Amino acid sequence: MNMKSFTKKGLASAAMIAVPSLAMAQDAAAPGFDEIGPYIMTTLLFCMAGFLVFFMACGFAMLEGGLVRSKNVTMQMTKNIALYSVAAIMYWLIGFNTMYPGDFNGFFAIGGPTVLDAVGVAAADAALDYASVGSDFFFQLVFVAATASIVSGALAERIKLWPFLAFVVVLTGIMYPISGSWQWGGGWLSEAGFSDFAGSTVVHSVGGWAALAGAIVLGPRIGKYGKDGKVIPIPGSNLALATLGTFILWLGWFGFNGGSQLAMGTVGDVSDVSRIFANTNMAAAAGAVTALILTQVLYKKPDLTMVLNGALAGLVSITAEPLAPTLFGALWIGAVGGVIVVFTVPLLDKLKIDDVVGAIPVHLFAGIWGTIAVIFYNGDASLTTQLLGIAAYGAFTFVGSLVLWFILKAVVGIRVGEEEEINGLDMSELGMEAYPEFSKS
Amino acid sequence: MKLIIATIKPFKLEEVREALTDIGVRGMMVTEIKGFGSQSGHTEIYRGAEYAVNFVPKIKLEIAVSAAMADQVVEAITKAARTGKIGDGKIFVLDIQQAMRVRTGETNDDAL
Repeated sequence: MNMKSFTKKGLASAAMIAVPSLAMAQDAAAPGFDEIGPYIMTTLLFCMAGFLVFFMACGFAMLEGGLVRSKNVTMQMTKNIALYSVAAIMYWLIGFNTMYPGDFNGFFAIGGPTVLDAVGVAAADAALDYASVGSDFFFQLVFVAATASIVSGALAERIKLWPFLAFVVVLTGIMYPISGSWQWGGGWLSEAGFSDFAGSTVVHSVGGWAALAGAIVLGPRIGKYGKDGKVIPIPGSNLALATLGTFILWLGWFGFNGGSQLAMGTVGDVSDVSRIFANTNMAAAAGAVTALILTQVLYKKPDLTMVLNGALAGLVSITAEPLAPTLFGALWIGAVGGVIVVFTVPLLDKLKIDDVVGAIPVHLFAGIWGTIAVIFYNGDASLTTQLLGIAAYGAFTFVGSLVLWFILKAVVGIRVGEEEEINGLDMSELGMEAYPEFSKS
Repeated sequence: MKLIIATIKPFKLEEVREALTDIGVRGMMVTEIKGFGSQSGHTEIYRGAEYAVNFVPKIKLEIAVSAAMADQVVEAITKAARTGKIGDGKIFVLDIQQAMRVRTGETNDDAL
């Protein structure tokens, strides 16, 4: 259930073997709903949840578009649609079958391109114990795109377009699928008992680690930190867009977590999906309210951008175990996520790590918290194994990203020139402004 | 002819306009500006970091009137724009050397 490892290739190929005899027995009569119902319902779940997670790409774009300055909005939108599209192609080319290689050594197996079910596939040839390949592939694909979006937000306003996309190619085609196979592909971490239902670690922390490595190699935006080490805020251009983006991400998360039930063929499964929706919503609300109250208390005025980050941190926190907790459990797990954001955003600034949208606190720090929080409501999880998983993903993704960023920096350079950065990436890199009729500030 | 330049708090614009219309002022130029005076700036917090807002938004009025009317205009602005709190603004009165109405070619007082 929370192990996507049970899904996919392993079971699908088992079904392929089992089904022919079943099909022979049923030659006379069409299969009944008992046999095909779960397949249809789960395929439907993947399609609907996939649409919702797809929409998160829009959420990330709006959030980032609102939190960057108006002179960098066109570039941020360009990166967002490009990274989603690159991820979609890379995940088809090698990502999906690398992440779900079937029987493998548990660590690493590069797969080939994804092949869909035949047109009008017969019940006898379908993976009746699971879902159609197309729906499964699509559902998994939109997750990897979310990981890449996390990176784009943190590195906004100073990274060059093409080196960024080169990083996305490797992240979505190779790095994310390899580390994903350890858990959801039935690899060594799932064997070890690691638990990450919808990806606090597998998706969010991975994006966060890649973003952290990038932010360190790239350096802060010009003017973000004063000579005396003082933090100089750079307010975003449009908080309405940022709020819209957050609400869209919140909506998309119902698909992200709900779809990760990976089954909708029984009363228990469909009820669990609804349980996940309710918990997911509660965690987001708790994260937002916590950030609202904390910023009021700490800074005397609520900070909307922190409230938005708080909602997202609540969502990331509940993602590793959205099913087992009670609503109260989801509330406090999400609330801790909100606390983490409010305290780690200034912490990153102290370390002079410039994360434009708060992606690292939200996706990495709250992701680590969410992965640990699994142990409070899921009796099968142990703290040691959870920490092992967090460390393994951290080491692999952070070190891998660091190396990749350094290579890109040495070979092509990853940062625009000083003048280009001050003039804004929209005009200097693209020659196109997002708001050509607005006066500049 | 006098040019009266006044900076006022943005929310006082309508009251000042009404007061000036009442005493017969028939035109003015209005600009949204930022600046600082004795009010100076203030600090805000964004994502946990304090920053200074060094320039405060103000409205700048420019009014050209006959010399005889200048004191009346200054008095009307002062009365309408005053809140008694810091940042109410300033008024400057300058001489105008020449004026011309573009449409008719009228000059000086006739052009105002």
